[in-house]
Amino acid sequence: MTLKTITLTVNDLVETVDVPQNMTLLQMIREKLSLTGTKNGCAAGECGACTVLMNGEPVNSCMVLAAECEGANIVTVEGLAKAGKLSTLQDTIIEAGGVQCGFCTPGMLISATALLKRNPNPTDSEIRSAIVGNLCRCTGYVRIVDAIKMAAK
Amino acid sequence: MINPHPGLPELQYVKPATLQEASKFLADNAGVAKPYSGGTDSFVRLRDGILKLDYLVDIKGLEGTKELSFDPQKGLTIGAAITMNQVARHPDVLKHYPNLAEAAESVASYQLRNRATIIGNICNASPAGDTIGTCMILDGVLKVHGVDGVRAVSLSSFFLAPGRTVLKPGDVVVAVQLPIPPKGLVGTYKKLGRNRIGDLSIVAVAVLGYPTPESASGYRFRIALASVAPVPFESFKAEGVLSGNKITAELIDEAAGATMDSVTPIDDVRGSARYRKQMVKNLTREALTEVWTKLSK
Repeated sequence: MTLKTITLTVNDLVETVDVPQNMTLLQMIREKLSLTGTKNGCAAGECGACTVLMNGEPVNSCMVLAAECEGANIVTVEGLAKAGKLSTLQDTIIEAGGVQCGFCTPGMLISATALLKRNPNPTDSEIRSAIVGNLCRCTGYVRIVDAIKMAAK
Repeated sequence: MINPHPGLPELQYVKPATLQEASKFLADNAGVAKPYSGGTDSFVRLRDGILKLDYLVDIKGLEGTKELSFDPQKGLTIGAAITMNQVARHPDVLKHYPNLAEAAESVASYQLRNRATIIGNICNASPAGDTIGTCMILDGVLKVHGVDGVRAVSLSSFFLAPGRTVLKPGDVVVAVQLPIPPKGLVGTYKKLGRNRIGDLSIVAVAVLGYPTPESASGYRFRIALASVAPVPFESFKAEGVLSGNKITAELIDEAAGATMDSVTPIDDVRGSARYRKQMVKNLTREALTEVWTKLSK
């Protein structure tokens, strides 16, 4: 299969990558760029473990072709901390005890980061709606919702 | 059955520059090429091996596919690349077609709605398609670009069977056009899932209503049903009950009961046919009562 060369920005770095035409954005992030914070869960757009920001909006990276990301701006969980300092949300999710096994955490952080950007003071129900597509099997969500509320303050 | 492997089968990504080029490519590769916009349905089917393709033909850059505009004469145009979230937050949609925004917001999750499109929802032709019923009873018309040029296809005659439509090889749906809604239109979308939000529907009902002197009751109701037949459809039987008489709670009950005679549900993992038949009545009654309450305020 012929490779396609794409240039895109990932976590503020410009990357040029040769990708197979059937490669997903998720595979490119993990296998070509070695950014393994983004997880593969269901590969069906259900679990949200692979959520990244694409041009400022959260998407399931398992449902996007890498080949169509020419010129895109991608932010993964590795891009949330700046200059070695965790983001507010990363701090509050630790403080609230919103991390257990940690598998959903990267996607959860991306969805919540996007929520707080479009709605800096969300209600409980708005928070829960925003993370409908991020499944967590450990926490029961209460502490994750707490963390997002703490970050909103 | 979910295939947890992140990869897709081998295929080529094609990005045509013009609609003509896209239609020609799709017609030349009929059966092995498919228009690709958000991919939220196609990817799952490709991974599971239900859908086999050699080419995904990206239509997102094509002329007219990025249009989302409202014209006070023509109504709303939603291009094929416009996502559910773009529709759900557009000020003109919220002002003139709030029921479409409501239906779009009921789909899956926020991040999926950043990829999923209204046109994709329509073309996927799932019996459960959340935005199809509302587009249908808003009298939506598709703008289809084929090898012989552009034609208009009404949503009322678009669906043939689950996953099957009147589209022919080479056809690209460029946009859906919704005319100006009738004055005083109100509506609602009732969706029953296995959980409160995010799931596919077990049964879903879209109801619109508006005052009109043309009807003996003084009102016209439009009722679309999903997940209770091979394709989403408008229940003329239930609408007919409401057209000739004064609207009362008893008449609403009768109309809701009439939906049960127009459906042909199946048993599946989400619910039994019997349950669906009961629930289509309950949801229709609930939706009609809500719409009627709004109308008679």
